[in-house]
Amino acid sequence: MANVLAVIEQKDGTVKKSGREVIAVAKQIAGSLGGSVDALTLDASGAAALAASVTAHVKQGGYAAVVLAASSTGKDLGPRLAVRLDAPLLMDVTAIGVDGGRITASRPVYAGKAIQQIVADAPLTIVAIRPNTFTADTGEVKTSAASAATGSSTVKEVKAGGQGVLDVGEASIVVSGGRGMKGPEHFHLIEDLAKAFGNAAVGASRAVVDAGWRPHGEQVGQTGKTVSPQLYIAVGISGAIQHLAGMRTAKVIVAINKDRDAPIFKVADYGIVGDAFEIVPRLTEEVRKLRAEH
Amino acid sequence: MKIAVCIKRVPDTETRVKVGGDGVSIDEAGVKFILNPYDEFAVEEALQRREEGGEVVVVTVGPDAAAETIRTALAMGADRGVLLKTDKIPADALAIAKALAAELKDGGYDLILFGKIAVDDYNHSVGTMTAELLGMPCVSAAVKLTVDGRRLTAEREVEGGIEVMECEVPAVITCDKGLNNPRYPALKGIMAAKKKPIETKPAALGAVRLTLKTLGLPPERKEGRIVGEGVAAIPELLRLLRQEAKVL
Ligand SMILES: Cc1cc2nc3c(=O)[nH]c(=O)nc-3n(C[C@H](O)[C@H](O)[C@H](O)COP(=O)(O)OP(=O)(O)OC[C@H]3O[C@@H](n4cnc5c(N)ncnc54)[C@H](O)[C@@H]3O)c2cc1C
Ligand SMILES: Nc1ncnc2c1ncn2[C@@H]1O[C@H](COP(=O)(O)O)[C@@H](O)[C@H]1O
Repeated sequence: MANVLAVIEQKDGTVKKSGREVIAVAKQIAGSLGGSVDALTLDASGAAALAASVTAHVKQGGYAAVVLAASSTGKDLGPRLAVRLDAPLLMDVTAIGVDGGRITASRPVYAGKAIQQIVADAPLTIVAIRPNTFTADTGEVKTSAASAATGSSTVKEVKAGGQGVLDVGEASIVVSGGRGMKGPEHFHLIEDLAKAFGNAAVGASRAVVDAGWRPHGEQVGQTGKTVSPQLYIAVGISGAIQHLAGMRTAKVIVAINKDRDAPIFKVADYGIVGDAFEIVPRLTEEVRKLRAEH
Repeated sequence: MKIAVCIKRVPDTETRVKVGGDGVSIDEAGVKFILNPYDEFAVEEALQRREEGGEVVVVTVGPDAAAETIRTALAMGADRGVLLKTDKIPADALAIAKALAAELKDGGYDLILFGKIAVDDYNHSVGTMTAELLGMPCVSAAVKLTVDGRRLTAEREVEGGIEVMECEVPAVITCDKGLNNPRYPALKGIMAAKKKPIETKPAALGAVRLTLKTLGLPPERKEGRIVGEGVAAIPELLRLLRQEAKVL
């Protein structure tokens, strides 16, 4: 069997962007193996409750690969499927191929300081792809829905992180602040800039998260989130190796820092040397104007 | 409470990665190895939850040198260690999870703690896989944990919110940053750790079905460019973002 199952996440009945990326990768694998793609939608979170239904679906369909997103649900579901289907799992994949019938993948390791190429040798392989890395597919696929059973652990409640707050791991633009912001009371400058872009999330360095200025969920870096947005703006962040680990795969990096020798400027495509308290409000204003024009 | 903590020996996060002679692993010359930072959260959580008469056992799959990593956890306060020996830690997370599950299954643990992720292979898998192999409930990437009798409540951060999870102990938890602040081993702890027992036995690894082909360095980012100084540089920055980088 050379068919591939795309396991895609939905929110409020709409397929998430990561789901479209999953379909694209599933099609790529199926194309190389000479099979076709079915899609299975996940409406609820709670991997423990979904695992049984997805497993049954895979067993019934006799697939060669299962593709899902390495999202917080996917990172929890993937390992469960691997055990239940006794299949190897390729986690957080950034490139995929098929070589002599075997699935090969590239994955960042050592906090993105190296890329590993890895080959799966099994009749069924599970592939969890890094969100925001593959081009989304816009075509139609045959879908059915996974059902949530009573799992051994259950989601009691989901506390929303505020209306319209974009997650730093999902946003296409991320504006991050560091210790250079001097205190939590100044982060509205970062939030305002993010808002001016319209589709940006707020991120933070570990220093400010540890100081309690910002929530853990915003931390970017080795012990925080790994992000690959189109645009990453680092404000008052020095660019420690552990921070770079989380954002070096951004398409474009902008740094604003008053220290010309800050290591962040080594990786920033565009840097401005200067005081964030002067630059950020002006930049926010200019971005607003720019967006009003278009 | 009887608690097991699975820990991994990993290169220090400051390490500058160089590819080794075999082309698939890092050149370990001069590399300092540490206890995986996320496993520190797991060890700390176990120590805080160990009650009178309880025990904290640390378990690792790794080479002889991983005994040092066990010593670090013992110096933090764990009671004893188990080294499941393998010369090479496989790239296949499921193979590692099977070795851990085989060791843990008859241990009578109330809680089995893991780090969320190992900062070398980034699999984010071994804890959840081990739980599934053991048939135990699992909450992965927990930032908050409460155990009240047999009822366990844990919070995990998901895209745009926090999931509150419930299950019963015995359970597996994989620990994320935010759960606690790991202690540093004190001199007294380091001395005490020298006398604590470490049992070594061969790792009963599962089948390894993932093989490394190459390890490469990521494409270098273009050398950074400073656009200018102060607010005067803003128009040029925006022009570059629109016309050159085309991200706006
Ligand atoms: C195991 C481990 C894991 C880690 N994980 C992470 C992680 O996930 N994420 C992370 O970020 N860090 C992580 N770190 C910490 C990391 O090493 C750094 O300590 C941290 O990133 C520094 O944060 P920062 O850049 O905000 O602060 P600093 O290094 O203090 O930098 C502040 C910067 O602000 C600039 N500045 C000051 N005032 C202004 C101003 N008015 N205008 C403009 N610029 C100004 C300064 O020039 C300086 O460059 C980790 C460390 C370890 C050991
Ligand atoms: N070789 C190992 N020995 C013991 N525990 C491990 C090993 N590898 C991973 N783990 C545990 O599983 C967690 C997740 O690792 P990983 O799935 O490799 O990212 C780690 O934080 C450890 O708690």
